[in-house]
Amino acid sequence: MTAHEASGLLRNREISSVELTEAVLERIGQVEPNLGAHISVTSDLAMKQANAADLAIQEGVVHSLCGIPIGLKDVLSTADVETTCGSRMLEGFVPPFDATVVGKLRGIGAVFTGKLNLDEFAMGSSTENSAFHVTKNPWDLTRVPGGSSGGSAAAVASYECMVSLGSDTGGSIRQPASFCGVVGVKPTYGRVSRFGLVAFASSLDQIGPIARDVEDAAILLEAISGGDSNDSTSLHVEVPNYCEVLGRSIEGLRVGVPVEYFGSGLDDDVKELVLKAIDQLADLGAEVVDVSLPHTEYALATYYLLAPAEASANLARYNGVKYGYSNLESVDVSDMMASSRARGFGEEVKRRIMLGTYALSAGYYDSYYLKAQKVRTLIRSDFDEVFQNVDLLAAPVSPSVAFSLGDRIDDPYEMYMSDAMTIPASMAGIAGLSVPCGFAEGLPVGLQMLGPALSEPTLLQAAYAYEQEAKILFKAPSLDV
Amino acid sequence: MDANSFRTVIGLEVHVQLNTESKMFCSCSSGYADSEPNTLVCPVCLGMPGVLPVVNRIAVENTLLTGLALGCQIASESKFDRKNYAYPDLMKWYQISQYDMPLCGRGSLKISLDDRDKQIGITRVHLEEDTAKMIHGESKVGHKISLIDANRSGVPLMEIVSDPDMTSPEEARAYLTTLRNILLYLDVSTANMQDGAFRCDANISVWPVGIDTGDVKVEIKNMNSFRAVFKALAFEEERQSEVWVKTGQPPEQETRGWVEASGETVSQRSKEYAHDYRYFPEPDLPPLKVTDQLISSLRNAMPELPDSIYKRLIEHCELRSSDALQLIDDRPLLLFFDEAVNEYAQPQRLANWMLNNFVQELRDSETDLASNPVTPQRFVELLQLEDDGHINSKMTAELLRRMVTSGKSAKELVAETGGQITDDDELQKMVAKIIKDNPQAVADFRAGKKQAAGFLVGQVMKATKGRANPGMVNKRIGKELGL
Amino acid sequence: MLDRDTVNHVAQLAYLALDDEESSEMRLQLAQILDLFESLSLLQTDQVEPTARVIPLELPLRDDEVKPSLSQDQVLQNAPRIEDGHIVVPAVLTDS
Ligand SMILES: [Mg+2]
Ligand SMILES: [Zn+2]
Repeated sequence: MTAHEASGLLRNREISSVELTEAVLERIGQVEPNLGAHISVTSDLAMKQANAADLAIQEGVVHSLCGIPIGLKDVLSTADVETTCGSRMLEGFVPPFDATVVGKLRGIGAVFTGKLNLDEFAMGSSTENSAFHVTKNPWDLTRVPGGSSGGSAAAVASYECMVSLGSDTGGSIRQPASFCGVVGVKPTYGRVSRFGLVAFASSLDQIGPIARDVEDAAILLEAISGGDSNDSTSLHVEVPNYCEVLGRSIEGLRVGVPVEYFGSGLDDDVKELVLKAIDQLADLGAEVVDVSLPHTEYALATYYLLAPAEASANLARYNGVKYGYSNLESVDVSDMMASSRARGFGEEVKRRIMLGTYALSAGYYDSYYLKAQKVRTLIRSDFDEVFQNVDLLAAPVSPSVAFSLGDRIDDPYEMYMSDAMTIPASMAGIAGLSVPCGFAEGLPVGLQMLGPALSEPTLLQAAYAYEQEAKILFKAPSLDV
Repeated sequence: MDANSFRTVIGLEVHVQLNTESKMFCSCSSGYADSEPNTLVCPVCLGMPGVLPVVNRIAVENTLLTGLALGCQIASESKFDRKNYAYPDLMKWYQISQYDMPLCGRGSLKISLDDRDKQIGITRVHLEEDTAKMIHGESKVGHKISLIDANRSGVPLMEIVSDPDMTSPEEARAYLTTLRNILLYLDVSTANMQDGAFRCDANISVWPVGIDTGDVKVEIKNMNSFRAVFKALAFEEERQSEVWVKTGQPPEQETRGWVEASGETVSQRSKEYAHDYRYFPEPDLPPLKVTDQLISSLRNAMPELPDSIYKRLIEHCELRSSDALQLIDDRPLLLFFDEAVNEYAQPQRLANWMLNNFVQELRDSETDLASNPVTPQRFVELLQLEDDGHINSKMTAELLRRMVTSGKSAKELVAETGGQITDDDELQKMVAKIIKDNPQAVADFRAGKKQAAGFLVGQVMKATKGRANPGMVNKRIGKELGL
Repeated sequence: MLDRDTVNHVAQLAYLALDDEESSEMRLQLAQILDLFESLSLLQTDQVEPTARVIPLELPLRDDEVKPSLSQDQVLQNAPRIEDGHIVVPAVLTDS
């Protein structure tokens, strides 16, 4: 059952939100020990919200997400609910405020079932970097769910919530969505307020929906989109009705296939499924053409300079002074701060802080940081140019299916390579999504679609058309191990 | 090396708290002066995870206004940057500041010293945020601790950097007082140094004449008054030239702190490594476009500044230079003067009464201009009573005192006690009575003690409570004594 | 090119207390990642403007209005050490 189906049942009073929420919480109780998608389960809050939702539904017109159990990536600030970012550093940290998106969902009567696991401070591609536990792939418990929004994707795939929110900095929504066989949308930079999203790389971070079908993703995206006076980088342009476009024909839509995304690193199985999906888009009337994004190969290096640089400043505030982990034994203030950071942060976070600090420090700024910003311009211009001729791009999300737990965790370089196909769009700030396009070796594969800034309606329209045509039936992965 | 053959190069860096209602990047009140600790703090100014800054419009406008007043080049596009440094009072561990695109670029400030004018270059004026306040103390169990109050965190700070154009502590002092006055007239800051609303760091280098000045600079901090700045620079001038004399080498480049108690600067050799602020563009804030429209509306709203006020007072009001400067140094007093002089044609006489008697009366009664009942209109009324012969100057002084304390107008007070006595017959009667009552004084006078006449005049004045016209009494007494 | 001193200097700047073992492991991993960046130096970018932000937005300005702050309890709620309404840290050495 999807969120929009559940919403129909709620409004027809065939089920209540309390029943739905109880079922979800029960499901969490069953699968969580094997899956580990949650950092915390907020049962009491969820039941309270479910009761309130039932009352609101009785009273009349409600939002379609009213009473729907939603999971939140634990990088979203939730008032009076522990927000850890998957880090020792913030274990026990209870913020006094809601992220804007959380406030919006609260306002329309959504039910928050829990805070979902992630790579510490969203830094990673496998959710193995969480300070608390790894999350497993619901389709194969020996595999990673992807990351950093691995908990958000795994929870949706395994019915631990109806939909969830993730965040995407270099692919952190699209890649886990692809690995877990669900739909994930990375909105245009500025489309969704970042206020209350714990910052990793401020010029790249975006919050987006993860859902079991395109319609759910569209509903959730619409609910969280819009300008915010608390976020100076949010776009104050009207939010379209994303559901309205679903079901419209994609006849004549121009779809570009970027040749750089189909190079040597791509697994044959994945390539075959993605090409088949592109054929199906053509069958639906889309006009498919090959295009080139010549600077694609530089995106990864650029990203691993710029994101850590921004992160090194964003994560400076965790110093054991105002909140978070603090070395209470230390009596020297410098030592207290340096040791709190050394103990509170995990390896990957420290690595990126080091990398970013290095890239910004005197003597290296021009050759690293500034250079990367210039290359970023080239990457953006690539996209600007192809979008003169095509409406959107279709490509793989990741070169492979979900890899095995532990496979890449000791090799940061190898791990970073798994983001090569999602990073360029993040660098350009454009919109993208991942929609399931089949299974290879029994594991889900996603089709990535990218469009220019604010092209979310077109992307959703095309993804929906494909989803209806391909009929890749989402089946609940078995977790009875 | 001869101790007199040195030249001094001074540059000043001034941080000014802007007097906005709310903070720089959040809506907490910036009025932290009498607040309980950590009560004017929100997630943004506490640097909590996930928060974002939103820029205060008035802080931007006040910075631009200052830039315009200093003749700065105003940027058409400006931006904010992150300045990274690790200190417990900096909540995010980076300060949002401006690096390579400040709101205001090159400008200049004219200072006057010994009747000589000099232009001091302004390098830049930019906008940033203040840090939290730290108090150093001991915990209840006796550990040395530092206490953090975040109320000040995020208060808008404007940084004004001068070129190294000053060549003496006197010039530095003149620069600071002139700058402070401009800020007060722009009404962008209280510019109060004791409260920390106006802070000054100085760079000073002393070089032997004939050697090109290099860029070795000693930075001086911890100066909490204009006097301290002056004394610290004078001390440093001396110290650095002594280093030259002793070693033949430039003094070490370092930061030194002014110690008020001992009247010296001491090296602040901290264990911090060299500063590496790792500036980069603030990704949370898009660039700031400054439109021509905004600039022209700010120009139109620009209040009159000290320089042109001085010109006006000298050329138009023909005031003595020292009086004009005294008025300019006390902005409320100047506003009072300006209002009064609109209705009174003798500016210098007005200034005399204000700067001498009025200022003294306010001090004696421990009130200030704003809270005392004497309005410019009432002040003018008082002077006009004397001009019209209704009161004498002694009465004017007395009435002014009573106006300050009673809240009544001069006319009301005169109505109670009567005006100046100028009636010949009445004065004649009084003089006759005094002569009669003071035979000794009359005798003294006749014996050659001329001052006895003054005594008799005084007696008449006393008997009339100062109301007798002193000129007429004088004349009358002289007549009676047969002069 | 990435020597031990540089790694230690960067760790100091970043306020990360690394022991020798962590520091040398960090050096190897950073060096490997920095190699990745070498590819960028091949690109000619002299005429290219840097991109700091992807969306051509203008800075919104906020009206200068005061809104309620947090309560003192909320401010101090997560602080590791507090005393008399203040956040406390071990003594910061003052300069005088
Ligand atoms: Mg500054
Ligand atoms: Zn605040």
